Amino acid sequence: MQRKEIETIAHLARLDLDEAEIPVYQASLTRILELTGELDRADTTGVAPMAHPLPGLAQRLRADEVTERDAHERYQSNAPEVEAGLYLVPKVIE
Amino acid sequence: MRTTLAELSASLKSRAFSSVELTRRLLARAEATQPSLNALITITADIALAQAAAADREIAAGRAGPLTGIPIIHKDIFCTDGVKTTCGSRMLENFVAPYDATVVEKLRAAGMVMLGKANMDEFAMGSSNETSYYGPVRNPWNPGRVPGGSSGGSAAAIAAGLAPAATATDTGGSIRQPAALCGVTGIKPTYGRVSRYGMIAFASSLDQGGIITPSAEDAALVLAAMAGYDPRDSTSVDRPVPDYRAGLERPVAGLRIGVLKEFFEKGLEPDNERSVRAALEVLRGLGATLVDVSLPSIGLSVPAYYVVAPAECSSNLARFDGVRFGYRCKEPRDLLDLYRRSRGEGFGAEVKRRIMTGTYVLSAGYYDAYYLKAQKVRQLIASEFERAFEIADVIVGPTTPTAAFELGAKTADPVTMYLNDIYTIGANLAGLPAMSIPCGFTGGLPIGLQLMGPHFSEERLLAAAHAYQRETDWHRRSPPGHE
Repeated sequence: MQRKEIETIAHLARLDLDEAEIPVYQASLTRILELTGELDRADTTGVAPMAHPLPGLAQRLRADEVTERDAHERYQSNAPEVEAGLYLVPKVIE
Repeated sequence: MRTTLAELSASLKSRAFSSVELTRRLLARAEATQPSLNALITITADIALAQAAAADREIAAGRAGPLTGIPIIHKDIFCTDGVKTTCGSRMLENFVAPYDATVVEKLRAAGMVMLGKANMDEFAMGSSNETSYYGPVRNPWNPGRVPGGSSGGSAAAIAAGLAPAATATDTGGSIRQPAALCGVTGIKPTYGRVSRYGMIAFASSLDQGGIITPSAEDAALVLAAMAGYDPRDSTSVDRPVPDYRAGLERPVAGLRIGVLKEFFEKGLEPDNERSVRAALEVLRGLGATLVDVSLPSIGLSVPAYYVVAPAECSSNLARFDGVRFGYRCKEPRDLLDLYRRSRGEGFGAEVKRRIMTGTYVLSAGYYDAYYLKAQKVRQLIASEFERAFEIADVIVGPTTPTAAFELGAKTADPVTMYLNDIYTIGANLAGLPAMSIPCGFTGGLPIGLQLMGPHFSEERLLAAAHAYQRETDWHRRSPPGHE
């Protein structure tokens, strides 16, 4: 795992890494990919990928009805910055 | 001797003591052990005493159920209305949940008394409780050892007698491994048996809530109140919940116990193997038959898990953006800087490692080689379990390869830590119910016995564990100083 790759992944994941962290993740992600590389040993010809542990029990859909009431003040009490019911973020459009 | 939840329930019913008295005693214990064990992140004394007083009124009115007035600790991954819910992370250091998880709501409705919130590995990612932002939990059997993880606070709390029940969650072994390392009983139900609503998501196709208690009978009592269909969790299964306590009396005689060849190969410590084999003999003595089973691909469960779980985690944890809730960095330059620094500063090292692993395996060009391949191997393993359960009713073996290890022993290399879950991950990949119960000691540290069954066989597992606990007293032993 090259330094450049770590930087690319960290960017995709929106994670700021400091200089000291990069070699640590280079080493540990290399180790993890060695581990997951063992999957190549398995013959999976004709095996269907499993996305859900209870096959056959299809995920339900519910009726399209309003079930939640407005509680934005309560939810926004956890937000770092709110004004007039709006979440504040740095300016996006100049 | 450790008191069970069932015994406390009988004492409350007979008015030997009140729920308020019991709650006060346990709150004092929690305060006293906090500096040495660090099992809790939050103690909710006011809520506990109010709920206990209400429970005493129910008992006095003759309306008590088996859980009325029984204290419980919730893993800090479950949202608790109006109470700080950190998930072991700096990211949620100031997060006060605006609603209750279904599990919390159901157990409160059953009359249980919330003492506090248990410490845990950050976002449930860890096997030693060392990734918690709030410091590691110590093993009550030996403070130099880890309690296991990620539900390390829950398991340590039960071992130290801080409560007779603690909720927990299990994505790759996070209920069973700490239960084993702390010498207590833990059950991870079938995927979908217990609602995940309000349980902070790590890997949604693997996560399952469960319970840690002193005994299997206790687990049966609490699980009966936790389990069931929840319209707010689309993956919860709409299927009646059996009377788990009545099911405890199912006989072990005639039960076909699968002994999994691959779990007794290299890596299993000799003392652990001896205790597990002795436990198998106890079950045989009760009339069970032992049959050899094999899961040829089980050795690939750790590699498959470390693709699937990080992939799902990288997606689930994308919600922590420093905007709607959680940690926000100081003076962000622009929106990208806000995201990157809030996440970089708010998440700990292991969480970042898993997010990056997941991002990598899902990225263009690697998806088929890693993610799709892992999903196919997951299917292989699930199919092998299905075949094994044609000849065995339950599979019994070790929960972990070793007893509790020293703090810091496995933090240098993440893969060494990951391999600690080698026996537990298979049940998560296949969505199976599994439990761990104490079956011996090595060097003063507990050893865990794992029981796994087909989907929705919780009754059978609990009955076998209960029968074993009638014959043995490992689950009754308390750590020195925590009697």
